[in-house]
Amino acid sequence: MLAANFLLLAAVLFCIGVFGVIARRNAVMVLMSIELVLNSVNLNLIAFALMNDDVDGQVFALFVIGIAAAEVGVGLAMVLLIYRNRRSISLDELSELKG
Amino acid sequence: MTAFSLLAQSVSDGNVNVAQNIGFGLIAAVMIFAALCVVTTKNVVHAALWLVIVLGGVAAQYILAAAEFVAVSQVMVYIGAVMVLFLFGIMLTRAQIGAEDGLNNTGWQIGIPVAVVLFGLLAFVVLDAFGDDTLAEAPLTGDNNEATVDIADRVLFQYLAPFFGMTFVLLAAAIGAIVLARKD
Repeated sequence: MLAANFLLLAAVLFCIGVFGVIARRNAVMVLMSIELVLNSVNLNLIAFALMNDDVDGQVFALFVIGIAAAEVGVGLAMVLLIYRNRRSISLDELSELKG
Repeated sequence: MTAFSLLAQSVSDGNVNVAQNIGFGLIAAVMIFAALCVVTTKNVVHAALWLVIVLGGVAAQYILAAAEFVAVSQVMVYIGAVMVLFLFGIMLTRAQIGAEDGLNNTGWQIGIPVAVVLFGLLAFVVLDAFGDDTLAEAPLTGDNNEATVDIADRVLFQYLAPFFGMTFVLLAAAIGAIVLARKD
């Protein structure tokens, strides 16, 4: 099996995730797209672990999974806080920092 | 090297594992379709459920790549915990039931050329650098626990300091989420 199979699949998932981050307005949907991006990176790490016949890549993938779980928890808490203060989670309405 | 010659090479290669390639292709097709649905559907709950299919497909690919422990972790952490968080988030922000307009930005079309150009760049780099590399054959027989034992050894010896760091990150994230989300 070619390493490029896994790497190309991961590239497709990464680009779909980037498209989601750019296109979506709903904050929860943007977080879901970020999950797609993180999973594509994990797929790459696993493919490289198999390619080099070494489990270091799998250990890194486990670290990424753990950090991603923390990221989702904090991200959704922030989304809830924004919703409670503004009754909306549309990202284009959060423009207080614009001069 | 183009994708077509890559395909021809993988067919003409004598010792290629056909079943593994077919399984990979089927799962990959399902994953890409589900990922496209995640970023295009008009229903937030449906997007979360399509995301479950993508994450399950990633776990299946891990098993194909002989990473059973990571696959089980993926199922437990993502499909078990993260999806519940997402569904709670959708529920608590009172998403509309059913199809919903205005999930996309006004200028969402700009994402299409960005994604296509990015994919072209990534595909060129990947095929240029790793076009010929083959993966080690997944150990389908014998002692399958070796990789898991290796992971345990490295996490608790070589990568112990990063592991502790990650535990503190998780602790801080849990406390931070509680502080952010509590009402008073």
